[in-house]
Amino acid sequence: MDFGFNLSPSSAVELDKVDTSLFRELCRIEPGARTCIGCGSCSATCTASEHSGMSVRKLLLSLQRGKMRDVEKMLTCCMLCGKCTMVCPRGINTRRIILTVCRLYENVEGRI
Amino acid sequence: MIYQGKQKIWSDYQKEIPDNHWFYVRSCIRQSFFPASEHYFLKICRDLLDRDIYESAHHTTCGGIAYHCDTIPQETAMTIVARQFALMTEAGYENLVTSCITSFGNYTEILETWREFPELEARVREHLWKSCRREFRKPVYLAHASDLVYKLRDEIAARARFSLVDKETGEPLKIVEHIGCHYSKMFPHKGVGGAEYPCVLSGMAEAWGGKVIDYPERRHCCGFGFRQYLVKANRGYSMSNTYKKFESMEPYHPDVIITNCPGCPFFLDRWQYVISEQEGKTYGPDGHGIPVLTYEELAGLVLGFDPWDLGLQVHQVGPEPLLDKMGIPYDPSAKYNGLDRKKLMTPGLPAVLKCC
Repeated sequence: MDFGFNLSPSSAVELDKVDTSLFRELCRIEPGARTCIGCGSCSATCTASEHSGMSVRKLLLSLQRGKMRDVEKMLTCCMLCGKCTMVCPRGINTRRIILTVCRLYENVEGRI
Repeated sequence: MIYQGKQKIWSDYQKEIPDNHWFYVRSCIRQSFFPASEHYFLKICRDLLDRDIYESAHHTTCGGIAYHCDTIPQETAMTIVARQFALMTEAGYENLVTSCITSFGNYTEILETWREFPELEARVREHLWKSCRREFRKPVYLAHASDLVYKLRDEIAARARFSLVDKETGEPLKIVEHIGCHYSKMFPHKGVGGAEYPCVLSGMAEAWGGKVIDYPERRHCCGFGFRQYLVKANRGYSMSNTYKKFESMEPYHPDVIITNCPGCPFFLDRWQYVISEQEGKTYGPDGHGIPVLTYEELAGLVLGFDPWDLGLQVHQVGPEPLLDKMGIPYDPSAKYNGLDRKKLMTPGLPAVLKCC
């Protein structure tokens, strides 16, 4: 029956069902990834963020939620300037994290 | 944690609810959605439990719907509310009890705003005097009608003819309680249990023999949200919220949902029909839905009032499976009879959702 409206797709993330192997592998190589508090300083200082949607905070969150398509899109936008590393209050080497994720992606997906 | 310490923390979440002498204000929409709920609230409190509850024929809307739809400014809503306070003052009462959760939220928000900005209160007093020559005193206590039933829950339990227990298995019925967002999410200290642990409905359910289900989306909005529903293009968003709740509660197999808001029971009830038509999915056993009742209707059932006098036939989801579980007798042929016991009409049945 057509009521003139439909259910909106759910944005819920079922952590039991998503593939988080890439995030676990990242944490094994770069344990600093686990210490992110999601403050967003990296995103605030990112030169590329305003034009491209790049955000290290969001990238880590997307990896934890298994949203690989979002991660891939963000990786192609990073210019590796390293400003995010300079401002991180937890001292996380975010630039190295991005490079590591790129390498993991190359291995898993053969892309980037 | 030390028991006394726990008690002290819990005392912060308590609310003072006077026992008697209330000025009652009705809801705009509850009388059409659940025609007997307010009547039975008064019947239970006045006739059965001998409380003094007064209502005025001059009472109007509180302006809450228009305010939350952004069609009137708050100052207009304040002047309307000031008039209700004037009616209460003229009747000689100082405790105000509202039937509607949005009214409760609206009154609370206005009283808190006046506390912060006394000059605004003075201006509204002037507006009221200019428009209808009335003056008012602010209520000493403001409560929602569910607060009052919560306070009286043990007295109701003492007079109960039926309890929230499956008569076949002897197990307590599994109850989902859904509290309207405007009850304590805006001003947590104004609700019993605050916004974190609101126990106004769970207290009733447990006092009457039921077992409350704690499911992941328990505190999620029902999806009404005024503009989400009132604009037809947004209704999918409204229904998606309800869908999320149902998907979350489904694994716990609830027997009944109880609510204390005008909008929540309507949407939790009616969207079950729309979801069944669109998705082919029902949430009760054997193609039935989960009955959604107001707390007054549940109190009425527990006290042994006739389910059809309580207006349960106007719900989309049939209450019969619940009545059977509780062992409440009912006459299926009288379901659609009017108060004069003559048949009004029999509505058409949905294609998917089993209604009786």
